[in-house]
Amino acid sequence: MMQKLRRGGPEVMTNETIQQKLTEKFPDQLTDWHEPYGMLTFTVPAELNLKVLQFLFDDEELKFQFLTDLQAVHYPDNKGAELAVVYHLHNLVDNVRIRFKIFVDIEKPDVFSATALYSAANHMERETYDFFGVNFIGHPNLIRILNVDEMDYFPMRKEFPLEDQSRIDKDDEMFGR
Amino acid sequence: MSRPVQYNNHIKFDGIPEGYMGEGFMATNFEKVVSLARKNSIWPLPFATSCCGIEFMATAASHYDLARFGAERMSFSPRQCDLLLVMGTIAKKMGPVLRQVYLQMAEPRWVVAVGACASSGGIFDTYSVLQGIDQVIPVDVYVPGCPPRPEAILDGFLKIQDLVNAEGLRRRHSDQYKELLAGYGIQ
Repeated sequence: MMQKLRRGGPEVMTNETIQQKLTEKFPDQLTDWHEPYGMLTFTVPAELNLKVLQFLFDDEELKFQFLTDLQAVHYPDNKGAELAVVYHLHNLVDNVRIRFKIFVDIEKPDVFSATALYSAANHMERETYDFFGVNFIGHPNLIRILNVDEMDYFPMRKEFPLEDQSRIDKDDEMFGR
Repeated sequence: MSRPVQYNNHIKFDGIPEGYMGEGFMATNFEKVVSLARKNSIWPLPFATSCCGIEFMATAASHYDLARFGAERMSFSPRQCDLLLVMGTIAKKMGPVLRQVYLQMAEPRWVVAVGACASSGGIFDTYSVLQGIDQVIPVDVYVPGCPPRPEAILDGFLKIQDLVNAEGLRRRHSDQYKELLAGYGIQ
């Protein structure tokens, strides 16, 4: 395994041991396990995201206490589960990283906020709301952060074209409008 | 006796305005005198957000030397500036800031949009970028280029000088100007 660096301790934390501990705690609920480039990745039911995060945070061996990244992906063809929210976690003691995803319906994109557990989630959830419209339940201040306040759509959703729609002069073949 | 080293012997003086001249006095149009003074002492406010700003730094430095045209002093307080030089991409979120800087400038004031981004959004045809600063403030001169060379920026500056020289002393009182500003919701 790529990730077996461990200072001092006798047992080595591998992807197998992490997966084993998680499956013991959440039997038959975590799916789609794979390891692209050696990084353990799996899918969690959307309503369990906080429970899994809390377990990964509190467990004395896992110690995933650093939220590296949190963002969303829009899969328009994945009907009923169009929006994926991706969590990247880092165990700073053993230098091990994992990643998990939750999928929600774009019609009702409600996800429990991780701000109580990770302060870093505050900014990242606001940004994810701003661009994808994921409604983080329990976030203290879920308003736009990077885009203008007047914006009335979520620009990273695939149904919205990248180009600025206020332009009327770029309408020839060159610009494809 | 000629000097051993000749330099600066091609100085071009600005034309003397039309008027009636005699020994020790000259009578001319007040407007022309003020225009002459204004055009040769423009204080620019560089509003630089990206690569066009770097080109402007070259324009202001010794080689191209914007100071030759009476714009020696860059001012970073909008209150004391005559010319707003907008250089670089303006994100939509920056739009109100740019507008506020413009509003803080006292009349008479002029604006140059330097480069493709400030003029039209440039290559950034995207939801987050203002498609030309003329969507939020009136612009007098557009300088094309991505980024424009210092020569182009100087040319734009000379165009502004021509404007300052030619337009009346109180442009701000003209109906056309008031209408233009009203079109932007100013005043």
